[in-house]
Amino acid sequence: MSLLDIRELCIRYGNTDVVTGLSFGVDSGESVGLVGESGSGKTQTALAVLGLLPDTAGVSGSILFDGDEISGAPERQLDRLRAERIGMVFQDPTQALNPYVPVGKQLRRILFRHGISDGREADQRVMHMLDRVGLPDPARQFRAYAHQLSGGMRQRVMIASALIAEPDLLIADEPTTALDVTVQAQILALLERIREETALLLITHDLGIIAGHCERLVVIEDGRLVEEGPTRRLFSEPLAAHTRKLIDAAPRLDGASPPPPASGDLVLEADEVSVSYAERNERRQLHAVMDLDLQLQAGETVAVVGESGSGKSSFVRAVLGLVPMRAGRVAFCGQAIAGPAQARAIETRRDLQLVFQDPAGSLNPQLRVERIIAEPLTVHAPGLGAGGRYERVAGALQRVGLDEALLNRFPHQLSGGQAQRVAIARALIVNPRVLVCDEAVAALDGSVRQQILGLLQREQQTSGLAIVFISHDLAVVRSISHRVMVLYLGRLAELAGGAGIFGQPRHPYTRALLDAVPVPDPIAPGGKLSLGGEMPSITDPPPGCAFHPRCRFAIERCRAELPPARLVGETRVACHRAEELEL
Amino acid sequence: MSAVARIWARMRTSKTVMVSGGILCAIALLAIAGPWISPNEYLTANFDNILRAPTPSAGHVFGTDDLGRDLFVRTMMGVQVTFVVAIVASVVSLVIGVLYGATAGFVGGRVDAVMMRLVDTLYATPFIFFVILLLVVFERNFLLIFVAIGAINWLDMARIVRGQTLSLREREFVQAARLIGVSTPRIIVRHIAPNLVGIVIVYVTLTIPQAILIESFLSFLGLGVQEPQTSLGKLVNDGTKQMEGASWMLLIPGTLLAAILLCFNFLGDGMRDLFDARRTQ
Repeated sequence: MSLLDIRELCIRYGNTDVVTGLSFGVDSGESVGLVGESGSGKTQTALAVLGLLPDTAGVSGSILFDGDEISGAPERQLDRLRAERIGMVFQDPTQALNPYVPVGKQLRRILFRHGISDGREADQRVMHMLDRVGLPDPARQFRAYAHQLSGGMRQRVMIASALIAEPDLLIADEPTTALDVTVQAQILALLERIREETALLLITHDLGIIAGHCERLVVIEDGRLVEEGPTRRLFSEPLAAHTRKLIDAAPRLDGASPPPPASGDLVLEADEVSVSYAERNERRQLHAVMDLDLQLQAGETVAVVGESGSGKSSFVRAVLGLVPMRAGRVAFCGQAIAGPAQARAIETRRDLQLVFQDPAGSLNPQLRVERIIAEPLTVHAPGLGAGGRYERVAGALQRVGLDEALLNRFPHQLSGGQAQRVAIARALIVNPRVLVCDEAVAALDGSVRQQILGLLQREQQTSGLAIVFISHDLAVVRSISHRVMVLYLGRLAELAGGAGIFGQPRHPYTRALLDAVPVPDPIAPGGKLSLGGEMPSITDPPPGCAFHPRCRFAIERCRAELPPARLVGETRVACHRAEELEL
Repeated sequence: MSAVARIWARMRTSKTVMVSGGILCAIALLAIAGPWISPNEYLTANFDNILRAPTPSAGHVFGTDDLGRDLFVRTMMGVQVTFVVAIVASVVSLVIGVLYGATAGFVGGRVDAVMMRLVDTLYATPFIFFVILLLVVFERNFLLIFVAIGAINWLDMARIVRGQTLSLREREFVQAARLIGVSTPRIIVRHIAPNLVGIVIVYVTLTIPQAILIESFLSFLGLGVQEPQTSLGKLVNDGTKQMEGASWMLLIPGTLLAAILLCFNFLGDGMRDLFDARRTQ
């Protein structure tokens, strides 16, 4: 008998069905992946199992847990179930933890609910659990507040709180989506480790994660079951077209770099750019970016890659003039440009455009799509009449593959992919020479991500657009970047062409980033845990090479001496041992 | 479609806005027309006719007060004063408060520090002292109350708008506009202000009752509206003194005051929903 057995589950809000006739099961000790794109009803299904759907949801069908019907069960029974038998890990650990209570205390409360009344015993079990999920120095973390922990550490605490009650089933809803790839690999390894004691229902849109960590897959689309089966079979011979589409859309590390750009004009040049932020008491400067260079040709894509805190956003924003530079020079088409964006010539501002990560946040919620896209024209082509303006807007919309019917919508009425296309249309309408994409596809589903990347490549081929693409994920930039720049704690780690970075990485950090990428292949799933710990904070940078505390190859010299960036073969790399290491 | 027509079309879709707005309009019309229609004068005392319960047949729809003056005409006068106070208070806090707060919040840095310290200084000035100071410098007059109320009200608004602007300023759509090259005034008008509408409207509806109460407080101290002129707050105050023998003197202006305050609140709620584009289906 299955531990969890969902039969003909339907969830509807008013007249909208979000889940229709969904049936699947999870056996004890089994790990099942529930896969689908955003809006497919994955999270709704999980909430239905936990009895946490809002009252406005109409639920029918049956959910059996260990043989008992829990759909529509009284709140008391559900409470017991949630407290003792089903654990849940949410996507965003920041919102799931109480910011005003030390994390250890939050875990202790769970044990008290479990009938453990002895405070000391509870503390010890909490500490033991924190240790098991890999929190360094559990005694200290016990008293820490959520904001004092990093994102990865918070997610570990969440997993600890789900496990401390020793549940039979753990439901993890996109547990790594908000995390860096390296931390993601750590969390997935942790989930793998705890698999011995609990069944796992892993909900995700990322097939790369699923490939290495689930025995069986349930693929859903628009709230309906598409396909179900063992992971290996589904990857090798998917029956449903939608499964095929999901597998194809997952970013991979193999594949080719794009052909080199035709023209060789240097459009954007940055020299020894440094960015510092003053600490709150302004006694000390925090160096977010140190001496970074960038040369960008017309028609070229340069990817800037690193974990959060690597300074990739600060660097690019300094080049754009959105944050002040402490030192360095920036030139556009040979002309020096400096100072904040507001002080720059209007032509330069037209030629440098930015697309943000969060498409919804970068569009004014109070304006209609037409006015959003037309806004750059009011600055850069003020003489244009209403007719001419509409023509340009419609043209831009067509370039990004959107229908004119969307012009009258507000941003909240768009899907994530549509909103990002609108943001790109706004950037492209003035025909810029350089487009900077700051994690522009990180928030999007696999298939939508591919469409957006394809769109950017087409633009590049037709108009010679130069692109700077910021990402924390090497796999995402694989297919589009001519050159890749890997940053670590504000400094260059490695800069090389696509073939160099992906074929012959020379910096241990690049290697670790590549290893951490989960590959949608159950036989060689990637997502290897080759990098422990997390990036140090710029408030307290390690001496010598900033990477040495996490580096497997660190020697005495790395601890003492900062490695300068130098040329090894065709790769610029900042590692003392770049020549000798076989990575 | 012009902006006014568009707003009107939107307002018509909301029952709350139409009903509460309609009641307020009706009260306002009555307050303007009432004194013209009524045969009585607001300051004619009639000592043969004091504290008379509402008797429409005798021409005193709302009865008379302890000096025999017709309460209907006096109440309507009071409503007029209340409305003027409400309008002036909201306009002052809207115009000065929003522009001041949005500028301070958006420009930031030293400008923000200086502007907000000025607000703090005004806050720290004792209100009554401020009013007495005004009375000493200028002749006592009706306008003075509005100056005093307005001077107090825009401070809160400026603080709230500044806080909201500070967070809006960091939002990506504002950064996007900056990068495009949109000028600062245009960013404030086009990107900041529309996103402030929700909170501003709610705050204005809180300001109006507050202003009305401040006015009656001032009148009570003898610093505001002077006899024989009157306001709703003052009428309620008079009514409490006669509450046992002549309950209508309290109930009628009191009910009107409550109705006006409630309607303003509902109107504010409804307007906030209407101006929130995110609620557009």
